[in-house]
Amino acid sequence: MNLLRELTENLRELIATVGSVFIFFGRVLGQVPRALLRPSLIIKQVYNAGALSLVIIMTCGLFVGMVMALQGYDVLQRFGSEDALGSGAALALLRELGPVVTALLFAGRAGTALASEIGLMRATDQLTAMEMMAVDPIRRVVAPRFLGGVIAMPLLAIIFIAIGIFGVQLVGVQQLGVDANSFWSQMRSSVEPQDVMDGVLKGFVFGVACSLVAVFEGFTAVPTAEGVGRATTRTVVISAVMTLILDYMITAARL
Amino acid sequence: MRSMRTIEISTGLFVLLGFAALFFLVTQITNRELSVDGSSYAVDAKFENIGGLKVGAAVSMAGVTIGRVESITLDQSIYKAVVQLRIKSAYSRIPKDSDASIMTSGLLGSQYVGLTAGGAEDFLKSGDHIELVQDALVLENLINQLAASFAGRKDDSAKPEETAK
Amino acid sequence: MRTKDRRVQGERRPASHTAGAPPTAREAPTDNLVEIRDVSYSAGHREIFSGLNLTIPRGRITAIMGPSGTGKTTLLRLMTGQIKPTNGVILFDGVDVSNLSRRELYDLRLRMGMLFQNGALLTDMSVFENVAFPLREHTDLPESLIRNIVLTKLQAVGLRGAAQLMPPELSGGMARRVALARSMATDPEMLIYDEPFAGLDPISMGMIVRLVRQMNYALGITSVVVSHDVEEMAILADTSYLLAGGKVVAAGTFLELKDHASEIVNQFMNGLADGPVPFHYPAPDYYEELLAGTE
Repeated sequence: MNLLRELTENLRELIATVGSVFIFFGRVLGQVPRALLRPSLIIKQVYNAGALSLVIIMTCGLFVGMVMALQGYDVLQRFGSEDALGSGAALALLRELGPVVTALLFAGRAGTALASEIGLMRATDQLTAMEMMAVDPIRRVVAPRFLGGVIAMPLLAIIFIAIGIFGVQLVGVQQLGVDANSFWSQMRSSVEPQDVMDGVLKGFVFGVACSLVAVFEGFTAVPTAEGVGRATTRTVVISAVMTLILDYMITAARL
Repeated sequence: MRSMRTIEISTGLFVLLGFAALFFLVTQITNRELSVDGSSYAVDAKFENIGGLKVGAAVSMAGVTIGRVESITLDQSIYKAVVQLRIKSAYSRIPKDSDASIMTSGLLGSQYVGLTAGGAEDFLKSGDHIELVQDALVLENLINQLAASFAGRKDDSAKPEETAK
Repeated sequence: MRTKDRRVQGERRPASHTAGAPPTAREAPTDNLVEIRDVSYSAGHREIFSGLNLTIPRGRITAIMGPSGTGKTTLLRLMTGQIKPTNGVILFDGVDVSNLSRRELYDLRLRMGMLFQNGALLTDMSVFENVAFPLREHTDLPESLIRNIVLTKLQAVGLRGAAQLMPPELSGGMARRVALARSMATDPEMLIYDEPFAGLDPISMGMIVRLVRQMNYALGITSVVVSHDVEEMAILADTSYLLAGGKVVAAGTFLELKDHASEIVNQFMNGLADGPVPFHYPAPDYYEELLAGTE
């Protein structure tokens, strides 16, 4: 009986949290137009979320591409179809690996930075001080960071995919000897512009989700050291789960 | 604390890199022949069964892609599929009596329309109609045919004994 | 929210700078800038205030004191509209603070300045930019004018030379002085200080005392100081309130509080270790607990 009560309590908590996230999302969206009037703030946040994540994204993209080439070659050469390496890898990267892995890396690097930054501002009363100075912290602090993440994420995903394909090519063509012409022509015949758009769309959706989770956790963090730490951890976990759930939903809708 | 200038430049580079990657992907990776660009003309063909043929499938002759399937509709007066083919203008010497068949590329590949040249002296023009068609091979029909031919052979082997009696 | 229309370009709301004289009342003729009437507030299951009555007179320095945990900070949050009372009315210059929309509340807050316990400076900006922040957010003043105002405020708190430092480089006392300059940037009518002396060395404390005084009388504003530094408040306060158990247990001038009959007031004002606020946290009988361990 106690277990049941606990479960219903947890469920109620969960629903309440979902509700507050949506209300928060509404507030942030409402402040976006005003935040856009201060482009310098947004540029700084795109820099923080995007430009500073470039190294990790490019490195991981390269290695993911190279691994895909190795694994793909190993499987395909049993059927004599190594030429199909290009199309298989490109589609996998565009449709799934690119956006999803980028989102997970983004949550880990930029998401945690956002959450801890805002959480720390909450813990040191900076956000309250802003409210007392009649400056809406959502407009000044949260919305620019949210926009920075939303703009950066699709770009990062695209860069990841492009570098990934380069990585596939690097191992597949240069190292393993897949014929360069077949590699590219097979890729061209199986990949449609629609697939690229799907990748960008997923990148955008994941960007919204991960950025929202990060700023929400930071803003509602308990104002203590452990509170900020917990908020940071939860950002990564919830971002990852949300990304994968959304990935399924978008894939199911598009295919 | 980096100066604003550095931040702006870095961010600009980042965004440009993103768009460059996008440009690379869209132009280098994708199927650029999806739509027939340049001048083209349309002809149509009516099939009893198009199998798995899709809009956008290739139209080829001797293995060379010369156009795309533009649209597939059902003509309800004769209950046949009307497939409209858009062929590049460069290929303007296709004989009027060529036949169009629905083929499968490879073992499990997607279906396309293959044109085999006929012997007529007149060539296909815009709006013309391809008369000779071969439908897609549908698995169930194949099995039925196979079963029927087995049954036929049994009958044949039975007959001589009867007449001999 | 309304950002720029409170001040027209280049124009500033006149503040009375006559030293020592109380500010000229603009509207209501009440002597009290803030009135708290019969306010009750509970957080969760704990009732923090019940039937609280308090007034903050204009142009004076009012002290709010009390043992730790009596809800002094909660009171400040009620006064500034950050939280709403479950019962009762809080008036700022005649306006009911708890019933305002966010926009109206922000407009009201432009008339108040608050100094947080740890300064709460924005850590990604320099001292100069921190003080300039409210001006940049709420006014359309040209940069040169903002620069002059910022330097003037920093001069008033003695930190004009530190304008280019970053908050992590400041000592606690310096950070608090910068925060004071920042809260003064928009010339509010009321300044609230939340534990301004906590954790400061005697020299810094002396600086803050001097500044609180100067600000109040030179600029003719109203000050509310929440503190438990009895000695500092002795110098500063015109009126004092002592909160305990969710109510006002003593009110009046400092001397009146010092000689108050009530035990809790006595314990607080004289720093006695035991009294109505007990030394021992509630626990079962000592001998019984010791003996239980040996079984």
